[in-house]
Amino acid sequence: MKIIARDRKGREHIIEGNDGWTVMEALRDAGLPITAECGGACACATCHVYVEDGWYEKLRAPSPEETDMLDMALAVEPNSRLSCQILCTDQTDGIKVTLALE
Amino acid sequence: MNDMTPEAGKATETDVIIIGAGPIGLFAVFELGLLDLKCHLVDILDRPGGQCTELYPEKPIYDIPGIPIVTGQELTDRLLEQIKPFHAQFHFSEMAAGLTKLSDGRWKLSTDAGTELIAPVVVIAAGGGSFVPKRPPIPGIEGYESKSVFYAVRKIEEFRGKNILIAGGGDSALDWTLNLAPVAEKLTLVHHRDGFRAAQQSVNRMHELVKEGKVVFHVASVKALHGNDGALEAVTLSGADKKEWRHETNAFLPFFGLTIKLGPIGDFGLNLHENLIPVDTAKFESSTPGIFAIGDINTYPGKLKLILSGFHEAALMAQAAFRICKPTEKLRFQYTTSSSSLQKKLGVA
Repeated sequence: MKIIARDRKGREHIIEGNDGWTVMEALRDAGLPITAECGGACACATCHVYVEDGWYEKLRAPSPEETDMLDMALAVEPNSRLSCQILCTDQTDGIKVTLALE
Repeated sequence: MNDMTPEAGKATETDVIIIGAGPIGLFAVFELGLLDLKCHLVDILDRPGGQCTELYPEKPIYDIPGIPIVTGQELTDRLLEQIKPFHAQFHFSEMAAGLTKLSDGRWKLSTDAGTELIAPVVVIAAGGGSFVPKRPPIPGIEGYESKSVFYAVRKIEEFRGKNILIAGGGDSALDWTLNLAPVAEKLTLVHHRDGFRAAQQSVNRMHELVKEGKVVFHVASVKALHGNDGALEAVTLSGADKKEWRHETNAFLPFFGLTIKLGPIGDFGLNLHENLIPVDTAKFESSTPGIFAIGDINTYPGKLKLILSGFHEAALMAQAAFRICKPTEKLRFQYTTSSSSLQKKLGVA
């Protein structure tokens, strides 16, 4: 599946997401500057992305754990998610995300 | 111990200075202790465990050899128990700030709290660096820091009579809302949603204070700061409906938790590669003799950022550290299962 990821300079990258990986892992694997300090444990809020173009509504709602952790993210918007909590599947093929500021 | 040098001054002398009291720094105490090397540890956090206790104290770890499941806090507690016989000295809530080489070849480490340590060996086990408060991405915020923008409260009295604005939804934001409300002229809390990850009791108390008119709460975030020369006069708040308004305040406290920055280690004059310290894989020594790097902070071909790799690195580092600390003594390789002298050190013989 494909992920359309916009970096902090506004450049768009079309990257490959392996089935079963998280979007954070795909972003990291593609060399995009995603911190993901805790390594995907939903424990740090440093893989924060904005899910764009109607994709937010298509995703399964964030867990209470993720919503809580987003409180520690900066510049949170209604379409904020932690990319370590979004799975790469057929349903998310073509998902569009923008990396939040560090 | 080496002879005193004039530069030593009032500094404390030891065998090994370890920067970072995470799992790898703690296990280094064990490996060094078996070789009779005494350690001082410096950590910016107020307790041991590093990322294990700061980021995921309750999360299970499944890849520690021989322990099928252990949480970050449990692993830290067990390591502390394991190193107890070696009486390491901890310097918590202190940031390793400067490292200089003395004329006798030893190293002097100074911390931001004024502690000075001298040792022939320095081990950097700092993970990703220092935990520091997250800085909100508000233009020009740096200019207000420690004048009217604060990431921590040192003395409550300094906030007496101020028009305080607190941002965040975690325990720190809520705790300081409750603690500062009695001294503030006015206290406003803003958070991006009407929900909090803080203790329910604190949230309830905050809502009571709102009802009593002692605290104002808005679902909003801070978009801009207004003031002069670091003196804050007002901020621009943006509500859930994107409507913006001006809010008067002269003290802004953003509480968004901690993040990891390399910090002063980047200025120690060490060879760095993408904020990591390249080391050899025989001794885990940096390109500066006497300075070792173990755990997540180092890099070498094939490096894996795993706790178990850091443990191995600590064991090999200790052998090399011994040769620097005790150049005239012969290193005897022994097993804890069979050596009565090691068992005596561990207090089990």
